[in-house]
Order: sequence, then structure tokens, then C-alpha cells
Amino acid sequence: MSAETETAAAPTAEFGRARLRKEDERLITGQTNWTDNIRLPGMLHVAFLRSPYAHARITSVDVSAARTEPGVIAAYSGADFAAEQGSLPCAWPVTPDIVMPAHPPMAVDEVRYVGEAVACVVARDRYAAADALAAIEIDYEPLPPVLDIRTALEQDSPKVHEAGNKSFEWPFAQGDMDAAFRDAPVVLERYYRQQRLIPSPMEPRSVVCSCVGGEFTLWSATQIPHVLRVMLALVTGIPEQNIRVIAPDVGGGFGSKLQVTAEEVLAMLIARKLGRPVKWTETRSEGNMTGHHGRDQWQKITIAADADGRIRGLDVDLLADMGAYLMLVTPGIPLLGAFMYPGIYKMDAYSLKCTGVFTTKMPTDAYRGAGRPEATFAIERIMDDLAAELGLDPLELRERNWIKHEEFPYTTIAGLTYDSGNYEAATAKAKELFDYDGLRLEQERRRTNNDPVQLGIGVSTFTEMCGLAPSRVLGSLAYGAGGWEQASIRMLPTGKVEVVTGSSAHGQGHETAWSQIVADQLGVPFEDIRVLHGDTQVSPKGMDTYGSRSLAVGGMALVSACDKVIEKAKVIAAGTLEASPDDMEWTPGRFQVRGDPDKGVTIGEIALAAFAAHNLPDGVEPTIDADATYDPDNFSFPHGTHLCATEVDTETGFVKIRSYVCVDDIGTVVNPMIVEGQVHGGLAQGIAQALYEEAVYDDEGNLVTSTLADYLVPSASDLPSYVTGRTESRAANRLGVKGVGEAGTIASTPAVVNAIIDALRPYGVTDVTMPCTPERVWRALRTAQGKQTGSAAEQHAARQSDQTQGNSPQGIDGGAA
Amino acid sequence: MAEVTVSVDGVKYSDHVEPRLLLVHYLREVVGKTGTPVGCDTSNCGACTVLLNGESVKSCAVLTVQADGAEVTTIEGMATDAGLHPLQQAFHQEHALQCGYCTPGMIMAASDLLRENPHPSDEEIREGLEGNLCRCTGYENIVRAVRRAAQAGASA
Repeated sequence: MSAETETAAAPTAEFGRARLRKEDERLITGQTNWTDNIRLPGMLHVAFLRSPYAHARITSVDVSAARTEPGVIAAYSGADFAAEQGSLPCAWPVTPDIVMPAHPPMAVDEVRYVGEAVACVVARDRYAAADALAAIEIDYEPLPPVLDIRTALEQDSPKVHEAGNKSFEWPFAQGDMDAAFRDAPVVLERYYRQQRLIPSPMEPRSVVCSCVGGEFTLWSATQIPHVLRVMLALVTGIPEQNIRVIAPDVGGGFGSKLQVTAEEVLAMLIARKLGRPVKWTETRSEGNMTGHHGRDQWQKITIAADADGRIRGLDVDLLADMGAYLMLVTPGIPLLGAFMYPGIYKMDAYSLKCTGVFTTKMPTDAYRGAGRPEATFAIERIMDDLAAELGLDPLELRERNWIKHEEFPYTTIAGLTYDSGNYEAATAKAKELFDYDGLRLEQERRRTNNDPVQLGIGVSTFTEMCGLAPSRVLGSLAYGAGGWEQASIRMLPTGKVEVVTGSSAHGQGHETAWSQIVADQLGVPFEDIRVLHGDTQVSPKGMDTYGSRSLAVGGMALVSACDKVIEKAKVIAAGTLEASPDDMEWTPGRFQVRGDPDKGVTIGEIALAAFAAHNLPDGVEPTIDADATYDPDNFSFPHGTHLCATEVDTETGFVKIRSYVCVDDIGTVVNPMIVEGQVHGGLAQGIAQALYEEAVYDDEGNLVTSTLADYLVPSASDLPSYVTGRTESRAANRLGVKGVGEAGTIASTPAVVNAIIDALRPYGVTDVTMPCTPERVWRALRTAQGKQTGSAAEQHAARQSDQTQGNSPQGIDGGAA
Repeated sequence: MAEVTVSVDGVKYSDHVEPRLLLVHYLREVVGKTGTPVGCDTSNCGACTVLLNGESVKSCAVLTVQADGAEVTTIEGMATDAGLHPLQQAFHQEHALQCGYCTPGMIMAASDLLRENPHPSDEEIREGLEGNLCRCTGYENIVRAVRRAAQAGASA
């Protein structure tokens, strides 16, 4: 699909149209307003000194020498903030007895991960600030690090916090597990590793803060200006009405900017102390160490099935690495996956236990998909293994178990009610685009010919819960806030429209898509609409952008607000046309008198009439502006079938993605161009987890992958071209929309790894730990062949490799694979 | 301090700078050309790519003093009175950007790529841009945009 040009004839409806983006002009000309571009008069620059130890007691800090360095205005240690800095918040205490240790923005007594801020310098420019850090004297008494969640709960493990290394244990069970597993003809147990990832938006975090007369303005590269404002007030005790948060242009987030950070809090406190504006912008290596990470789980998954492949039960034992502290939604991330392990499949029983464990590493939190990629990986991987065990085609096994399209709405064993879907349609279309049967034949040929390059086909038939979320459901899960979204429509006297949204975009294209929705609802031209967002003074209420929620929640809020505008306009129109409001007929953009289409008034004329307010009916408020807050009844459940073909070189372990086809059902589509872009980017991040990316800590808790030279964000030459398609089943909201931001990431990781395993299954390979680097693939092959042919040296090498790569599952449940 | 004279987007600037000042910081903080962003500190991401005497460089890996006497073109110098550069137009039309943070560097690197190879294959585009990272687009539409710009004669 290529984008249509601006000169194309205008169709009547904006919905479904590949509108080019309003946002682009400033972005392609270098006129973007990134936080780091902001320069205020008298602005100072902050640099942080960070802990070189994963775990240590701070025995002394002396910043006095730094204060005398050239250009330095101030230097502070944690003690200087101790009385006012509060504790960074966690808004999701998932169990009543959760251990939630204090998290001072700047460490005072003890550090618990490499990179934790211990002191700072404020100087005239960023070079001077960085230089003066060297003059700070600080002594540590090293403490033992805690780096492996599989052993962190053992009795003799060193402790991250005094209360121990377990944060919480969250159980879930539905159905009769004993009956499901007792005498089951097939039971498979697997251990999967969800490696730690670094979200890596291209724009580093950046904060600017000014404090004038006790009133704060904080610019931040954040996804959540509204949530951040509330949280900053709660953390610092500064009255909320005195805090204005602005998210200017934000260069990607992927969950990493869904956070309340130490640097944001400290920027406020420093600006207040000095009475001057301050800026801090992270370097990439600083960001890799101190921006929250994603994933990092060990999964033990057990499936029981009948001989024909029908799933009887599923059990999941999940260990989740919290890192050193609980940040904004850290403990809730694995639980967002807890409801998704059953995926699209029917079964009799399901249980899950999730244990959150502290380590002396950077805290984990939301990263694109947030819990759902992990769950989808586990179920889709084990479904492929089950198919192999039973000698079934993996799609055939799935079809025997999935919810049929005529069974919707369907309440799953995890208690979610999927409103709509059609797995048959998406799969049929994907198979056709992929040439599934042809590729299976080629695979057979290569196997028969003993081709050194084997072909593998990976399947992922995923669903996800997104559109976070019904406030009641979030409340029942102990989440600290609601899931509604806010919109306002301001009808200007010139007939133009301002749309104010609480969804704070950072690359998604809301300015364009929101204009399309409102254009249709109000019957005004796309060009006449301006979308405002990302500033708590302009859009005072909102729940912001994450969890593929913007359209399904924020988009619906627009529709509700437009309804109210039309309702108000009707009364004024009736007055203008000297008719009864009951006789008013609305066609987008215009009210007319029923039975007399020549007698009408446009929405712009009504806006002007309201503005002038000369001849309004008695008691009518002189405005047709409206606000709406929309709280959905349910999540939305996008789904799709992703098929990946890999060529795996059995001599080198190199994996090449030969083709990738995905057919996603994300409900109705406002802008297919933007949707396709979201899918592409999602696929890239999911493929990157499968093949390239891993945050690695060494034995002392140092982050080895602290730069983009070590942490392998893929480039254009590392990724394939994608074939995308869509099917459509309407969601149960008025627009029929689901969400798309995370779909590609959730679906693609298991598709790629399944394809690698499918290529190597004849060699006895059943798993490769992600990322599936050539070395790991090669070693997995050698290990499997060693088991088959028995070279002691090779087996020894493989064992060594397992240990150094940390991909041995021992300890997750006291057992070994 | 060292004295440098640098032409940036057609305007000549003379300044006294610290010898260690990176070109990207000179552009952003001395000249005020904030259209060129910084994405990393190891010259891996390419967000800060500019043209130095017509060839693409990562401006975080060049000292300002090395640019003394040189001509620098940034993203802000690509559009002319006649309108957007064909690459800018193509990035817009093919939806080759989402957050847009990598876009200035991507466009500058692509312009150098097309100068050297006016009609690259898709594979050559991917290889030619492998020094520029994008986290949003999965690169598919960036490849399409460069192909489109090449067809529009962007190398001219």
C-alpha cells in the first residue's frame, strides 16, 4: 500500500483514508521542539554522578571540591535532598502484602544498581557540569550483588532490601487443574527465557524545569504528562495546581517514557533550590543504565492435551525480575500477561503463579507489549512443540483449539470476554499471502537433500488485551488509577475546530488520526481541525498514551465529545431556523429542518451564532463546546496470524528471515497508512528480541550493553521487508476500533523463534535461548547433535556456553530441564 | 579556545570554541541549529548526521575545530524557496517517519547515499543506511521513501 497524495479527490469519509500526517512538516524540516532543544534564560545544566557498584553502602560523600570548579553553581549529594525528595512511586501494588521498598530519587545511604544517582553538579553548561563530577569524593563499602532471580529466593542469598528479595507472589487459578492433568495423554513442560531488553527510543530522556514564585513548569520527554503531574505532586508535596507538565515533541517511548523518574523529581528540587531553570539530558550510555528495562522473566509452562491435540490445561510458573525497586507499574507488567497465556485457545483449566523478585539491577517496567509478548511467546512456542509432539501441522493444532468465529463473544478460561475476532479468516489470508503449502514443500526438499541451509516456518496466532482500560477492572487488579480518557471539542467562531485530547502522542500520529475522526463526526474539513495535546495547561485531564489505548479509549472520547457538541448545536440550530429541536435532522456538518432540506444551518454558522450569542433561545448557554470522559466497558482484543520463514545455516548458525507475513485484525481502521507503520515498527522490535537484543549484566552487576555498539538495535540491513494484510471484525465500541501499537511486537517474537526451531527440529533442537545469535544457534545444534552422536568435547563446550549465557533453567522451580 | 569559521546552511559563522567542542553541540548550542539532534554517544545511531563539504558525517564524531573552513549542511538547509527537498517530500509521502527523531539524520545520510548511487536497489538502500537507526518504522517505509526520492531525481 502506498500513501495517497494530497491531490487525490476527497472522498466523503475521512475514516479509512490514508491521510498523510499533519505532524510531518516540522519533523522533516528540523523544526521539531524536542525537550533538549529548549533553552530558557539563565538555564543551568545538571550532570549526575552515578554508582559504579551494583550494591554498596555509601560511607561518605563530599561535593565541596566540585563546587569550586569553573562554571559550577552548585553540587549536591543525596543528603541534600533527603528531607524533600520523597520516594519514587509505584502505582500498582499487585497484592496486599507486596514488599515495596522506599526508592529515593537520589541514593542517600545505599545503592542498589549500577547507575543509581548519588550526587550531582549544576553548572553553566553541560561540559562544565560533566567535568566537575570528577571532583566529588565518595566512598562506598561494597555489598554482594544479587543478579539471578532463580537463586535470589534461596535462604543464603544476599538481600537487595532488608525485607528480602521477594516482592510479591500473585496466584491465579480457574478450572479443575487436577482433572485436566490427571491421565492426560500428553503433558509437555518447557522453560523459556524472556531476556532483559532496553526499550531504546531514539530520543534520549530529557527534562527542563523552571520554578518561578513557587510555580513549576516541567518539560519532559515523557509519554505521560498527566500522570506525571499527579505523581510529582504526590512525591514532592508540591501542590498539584502549581505544577504544569509539558511533553513537547517526544521522540518515541515504547513504554520507557511511561515513568516517573528520579531526574524529573530532582530537576524540580534543584530549580527550586537555585531559583533558576535547569536542564538534564541523558547520554545514551546513561540512558541504557538508568532508563527502565523491559521483560526479564523465566517462564515454566506446562500444557496437558488429549491425543488429538485438544488442550486440557495450562500451568505457568513465572519468575519476574523487578530489578532493585518497584517503579511506576513494575509489578503489574507480568500480570498484564497473566491473562494472556491461554491466548486464543479454549481449555478446561488454567493456573499461574507469578513471583516478583528483587535484584541489584535497573528496575524493569513497561516495554512495548508489557507482559503480553512474554505470555504470547510462551503459549505460541509450546503450541508448536505440542504440534511436533503429536505430528500435527502447527496451524492444524491451533485450529483444533481456537475459539471459532461464531463463538464470540467468548469468555476465556482467564476470565476475559473477547468481544470479536475471526481467527479462521486471518489465518486463511496469511497462508495465502505466505504461500504456506509451497514453503512446506521446499522445506521438505531441503530436509531430504540434507541442505546445509534449512528452511523453517514459524507460526504465531496471537491475541492481546489492549486499550487499557476499564477503570473498574484496573481497580480490581489494585492499579492506582483509572483507565478513562478525556477529550474536548472547542468550536471556534470562524468555524474551525480545536480538539483537545488527553492522549499524549509521541510518534503515533494522533494529530492526523484525531482530525479524521472529528472531521467525520462534525462534518468539518480535515484541514480545519487542530489537535492539541501534551500540556497539562492546555489539556488539563488525561491518562496518556500506552497499552495501545489511544484510539480505543481516547478516540472514543472524541466521539462522545462530538455527540455533546451536536446535541448543544441542535438547540441553537432550532432557534436559528425557528423550528422545534425535535424537527432537526443532522447530516454531518449541518442541521436541517425535517422535510425541508433547503432550510438548514452549518455547524460553523451555529458556532458563530453561539459566539455572538445575540439570538440564542432562552436559557441556552452561549457555547457548543463540549468535554467528554470515556471509560470503556472492556479491553479490546486485536489478533492476527503471523508467519515467518527463516533460512538457518546449519554450519554457521546464521539466521536469515526469508519472508514475513502478518495478517492482523485490529478492528476498523481510521488511517491504514499509520496502521501499517505501527505494524512495521512493532514487527521490528519483536524480531529484534528474537534475534538481536539483550541487556547483559556481568557477574558484578555492571551493564555490559550500555551503548548502542553493544546493545544491538537492528539497522535497516538487519531486518526483512514485511508483507502485511488485514482482516476486520469490529470491536464492540461505536467506532469498531481495537488497538495496533503493540500487535507486531507481541506476535512476531514467537513466530521468528518457532521458525528457527522448525528448521532445526530434525537435528534434535527444541529450543534456542533468545536472542538467537548465530553462536547460540550453532551451539544448540552442536549440543543436540552431541546428544545424538556423543562427542564429549562438544557436549562440554555446550555446557560451558549454557553457563556463560545463563540459559540453563535450573533453579526456576528447583529442577532442571 | 580556538577560532573557527564554519559555513552552516549557507551562512558563515565565526566563533571561539573549546577545542573539544563536538560539531553537533556547536550546531545546536552555538549556532542554534537544533534541527540536528543527538541520539547516542558512540556514533552508532546516526541521528546527528550532517553533510560536511557534501559528504555525510556523524556530527557527534567530529570536533568543531575539524570543521574550520568547511561547509556544513543540516536538515534545516535542505528545503529551498522552491519547496521541500525530494527526500523530505518522499519521507512525508511514504510515511517514513513516526516520532521523527532519526529523520534529520536519515534524510542527510540518504542524500549522501543517492549522491554516490543515484538509483540504488532496496538492498543497497538498506546497506547504505545501516549507520542510521530508527526505532519506530521498522525501516520498510524508509526504504520506500528513498526509492521514491531516487525516482524523483533526488541525487540531482
